[in-house]
Amino acid sequence: MSDNMKGVPRADKPLVIAGKTYRSRLLTGTGKYASHEETRLATEAAGAEIVTVAIRRSNIGQDKGQPNLLDVLPPSKYTILPNTAGCYTADDAVRTCRLARELLDGATLVKLEVLGDPKTLFPDVEQTLVATRTLVAEGFEVMVYTNDDPIIAKRLEELGVVAVMPLAAPIGSGLGIRNSYNILTIVENAKVPVLVDAGVGTASDAAVAMELGCDGVLMNTAIAAAGDPVRMARAMRLAVEAGREAWLAGRMPRRRYASASSPNEGLSF
Amino acid sequence: MRLTVNGDPMELPAPTTLAELAARLELGGQRVAFEVNGTIVPRSQRDAHALRDGDKVEVVSAIGGG
Repeated sequence: MSDNMKGVPRADKPLVIAGKTYRSRLLTGTGKYASHEETRLATEAAGAEIVTVAIRRSNIGQDKGQPNLLDVLPPSKYTILPNTAGCYTADDAVRTCRLARELLDGATLVKLEVLGDPKTLFPDVEQTLVATRTLVAEGFEVMVYTNDDPIIAKRLEELGVVAVMPLAAPIGSGLGIRNSYNILTIVENAKVPVLVDAGVGTASDAAVAMELGCDGVLMNTAIAAAGDPVRMARAMRLAVEAGREAWLAGRMPRRRYASASSPNEGLSF
Repeated sequence: MRLTVNGDPMELPAPTTLAELAARLELGGQRVAFEVNGTIVPRSQRDAHALRDGDKVEVVSAIGGG
C-alpha cells in the first residue's frame, strides 16, 4: 500500500487539567436524574472522574434527611466542578464561583458559563470574557463554556483559562456537533485542553468529538434523558474511548472511488 | 431581630451568631456556604460572626446540574 493511502498515527498524551492528570475523558453533569442513586450509578458507568454540579439556595426546612449530592459523589472520589449555570451576568457568575470555592474548602476549579438567552442558552461572550478576567485574577482555574468560535476560544485561552469548552449544539438539544470544522480549528489552535461541552445527543456524537481531536467531552442530558441512563453512560464511555483511539490511530484518508481490499494477483481465472 | 434568609423573612432572638443560625436551620454539619449582605463568611468565622437586625443571609449548596 502506498503511503498516501494510509492515515498518520498520533502520539498519545494524558489529559491534564489544572495540573491534575485524568484517565477518563468523559466529564458528566449531575442534573435531570430521577434520583441520587441513578446519578451515582450513571456516573460510575460513565467512568467520569470530573463531575459538574450547580450552586443553588439550600432548601431550608424541606427534605430533611435527604442525602446531599456531595455525599453521593464525594469530593474525595471525584473532582467536583461547580458551574455557573443560570448566570446571565459576569457579576452573578463570579459571585457563584466565590460561593463554590467556600463550599468546596477552597477548591479553585470552576466551569464558567455566562448565558445570553434562555431560548438557546448560547453564551454571552462579552460577559464570559469579563468574568474570565476577574476569575483568573482571583486565582480560579477556569474551564470555560463558549460557542464554537475559534477567535473567542483563542482569546479565552490567552486570558489564562485551563480548558476551553465549545458547545457542539445548544445545551440539552442533543443535536450533535453542528460545526465540526470550527471545533477542528479550535482544537488545532489550542494549547490548553479543548472539551466539547453541551449538545451531544448520542454515542456517535461523542465519538465524532474525539475523532476531531478534542481532549474530552462534557455531557449531562444525553445520559440523563436517555431511556436507560446507566446504559447510555456506558455507551458514552465506550464512544469517547473509541473516538480517542481512532484519532490516535489516524484514520484512512477519504477517497472518492473504491480501493480493493483483496489482492488482484493470484486470481484463479 | 428580623433577618432575610434565602429571600424569606425570619425572626430570631438577638444576639445570634451565624453558627447558631446554621444549627437552627439544621445545616450545621452540611456542606453549605453562607453569604451575609453579599459578603461570604468563611466557615471558620461562623462562630464569631454576630448577625444584625436586617441582615440578608444567603445559604447555598451543591445540587445536580450540568
